[in-house]
Amino acid sequence: MQKTEEGKRMLAGTKAKKRIYHAAVQIILIIMAVLAIFPFLWMISTSLKGAQEAFAYPPSLIPKTFRWENYKKALTDLPFDKAYFNSLKLAVINVTGQVTTSAMAGYALGKLKFRGSNVVFGGFIAVMMVPYTVISIPLFLIFSELNLIDTYLAIILMTFAYMPMGVFLCRQFIMALPDELIEAAVIDGANYGSIFFRIIIPLIKPALASLGIFSFMWNWNSFYTPLIFLNSQDKFTVPLLLNMFKGKYTVDWSLIMAASTISIIPVLIVYLFAQKHIIEGITITGLKG
Amino acid sequence: MKRSKLERSRNRWGIVFILPQLVSLICLGIVPIMIAFVLSFFEWNGFGSPSYVGLANFKDVFLDPDTVIAVKNTFIYAVIYVPCSIVLALFLALLLNKAWGKFFYRAVFFMPQIVTSVAIAVVWSWIYQPQFGILNMILNFFGFEGKEWLRNPATAMGAVIVMSIWWGLGYNVVLFLAGLQNVARDYVDAARIDGANEKDVFLHITIPLISPTTLLVTITTMINAFQVFDQMFLLTSGGPAKKTYTLAIHIYQTAFGQYELGKASAIALILFVIVVVISTVQFRLSEKWVHYGE
Repeated sequence: MQKTEEGKRMLAGTKAKKRIYHAAVQIILIIMAVLAIFPFLWMISTSLKGAQEAFAYPPSLIPKTFRWENYKKALTDLPFDKAYFNSLKLAVINVTGQVTTSAMAGYALGKLKFRGSNVVFGGFIAVMMVPYTVISIPLFLIFSELNLIDTYLAIILMTFAYMPMGVFLCRQFIMALPDELIEAAVIDGANYGSIFFRIIIPLIKPALASLGIFSFMWNWNSFYTPLIFLNSQDKFTVPLLLNMFKGKYTVDWSLIMAASTISIIPVLIVYLFAQKHIIEGITITGLKG
Repeated sequence: MKRSKLERSRNRWGIVFILPQLVSLICLGIVPIMIAFVLSFFEWNGFGSPSYVGLANFKDVFLDPDTVIAVKNTFIYAVIYVPCSIVLALFLALLLNKAWGKFFYRAVFFMPQIVTSVAIAVVWSWIYQPQFGILNMILNFFGFEGKEWLRNPATAMGAVIVMSIWWGLGYNVVLFLAGLQNVARDYVDAARIDGANEKDVFLHITIPLISPTTLLVTITTMINAFQVFDQMFLLTSGGPAKKTYTLAIHIYQTAFGQYELGKASAIALILFVIVVVISTVQFRLSEKWVHYGE
C-alpha cells in the first residue's frame, strides 16, 4: 500500500520535472529563435523609418509612420530593376544547365557505370577539395585571354567549374533506384538513352526539384564570382549592386536597409515555399555549394 | 555475346551522359588546378609574357609579413569559430530533438543561411554601428560603454566571428538534428532498462552514435572557415590594422588588387595544403572517436 503511494509520488515528481524541462527548453529555443530572426526584423523595421527616426533613442521595432517611399527611392536611385533582371537571367541559365547536366552525370555515374566511371567520380571529389580561390586565379587568366572578362559567359562557366554537389546528389538518388527497372526496360528493347528520359527522370523529380532550388539560391546569392569577373555597373547582379549601394549611401541607413530587403525577397519567398526541400536536400548530401 | 554488346552500349551511353560535366571537370577544374600549380613558379601580371622564377614566389610569400598576419588571423578565426559553432549547433540540435515544434525552430534557425553575404554584412554593420547601432544602444541601456566594434582592432575579429556563427549555425543544426533522429530509440530504451541515467545515455550512446555526423560537420565547417572571405571583405575589408586580414583576402588582394597572379597562386596553393593537411589529420584522428554502425 505504502509502496504504491511512494511510487505515485515519484511518478508525479518525474512528471513535474519533465514539464519543467520542456518549459525550459521552449524558453531557450524561443530566445534563440528571436536572436536568429531579429536582424531581419531590424532590417525591415529600419527600412521603413525616416532618416531621423532610424537614429532615435530609444529605438523601436515598429516605425511611427511606415515610409514606403524609401523602397521607391532605393529602387530608382540605383538600377535595381536591371540588377534583378541580370540576376534572374543568370540564375535561370545556371539552374537549367546545372540540373540537366547533373542529372545526366548522375545517371552515367550511378547506373550506367561505364568503364572509367570510378576515376571520373574520384575526379569530382578531388576538385571539390580544392579551394575555389585556387581555381579562380588561372580561370581569370584564361578568361582574360579569351576576352571573357565582364561577360556573363565567364560567370556561367565559373558556375560549371565548381558545382560537383549536383552530381553527387543525382548520383546518390539514381543509385538508390532498383536495377530491375532498367533491366526490364532493356529486355523490352529500350536503349539507355530513352531509359533516362522515360524512367530515370520521372523517378528523381523530387531530387531535381531540391537541386533546382539550391542552385537558384547559390546563384542568386553568389558574390565572389561576379565580384571578380564583372566590372560594368549595368551588368551587376543584385549582391554586387547592393554592395555598391552601401558604399554610396554610407549614412542613410533606412535606404540601405530598404535595398537589402529588396535584394533578399526572392530567396525568402523561395524559402517560405520550399523550406522542406532545401533542408532535406542538405540532410541527404551533407554538402554545401 | 549478347552481354558484351550490352556492355558496349552501356559504355557508349555512359560517355554521352557524362560528357558535359566531364568536359567542365577537365577544362574548368583539373586543367586550371594544374595551371595554378605551374603559375606559382612564374611571375606574371596577366599582361605580356610570364617569366619563370623558380621558387621565388614562394620565398616572396613566406617573407611577406602580410602572409604571416594572414595565416595567423585565419587560424585565430578557425580556432574560435569552428568549436563555438559546432558546440552551439549540437546543443540546439539536442534541445530540438525532443522539443515541441522542432521543425518550426529548425526552419527559423536555418533562415540566415539562405541570404546573400552582402545583405548579412549590411545588416550587421548597422547593428554594430557605433553611435546609432542597436547593439550599443542596448549596452548603453544596461549601463555599459558601447564600442566601435568593427573599427577597434581589439573587437573586430570577435564581431566578425559572432556574425559568422549567426549566419552559419542553422546549417550545422540541420545536420546534427538529422544525425540525432537516426539514433535508434532501442539503444536508448535498452540502456534505460539497464539503469542508465540521462548523462550516461548522452555520453555513451548519443555522442558515439552521432559521431559520423560530428566528423562531417567538423570537416566541412573547418574547410569553410579556412577559406573565409565574404565576411571579412564586406564588414572590415581585412582591417582595422589588418586584424581580420585572412588568407583568402590576401589571395584576393594579391591577385586582383596587385595583379601578381603567380604570387597569388602560390598563396592559394599554401591555403590548399593547409586545408588538405587539416582534413587528413581530422580523418586520421577520427578513427579513434568515430563509430560507424555496428
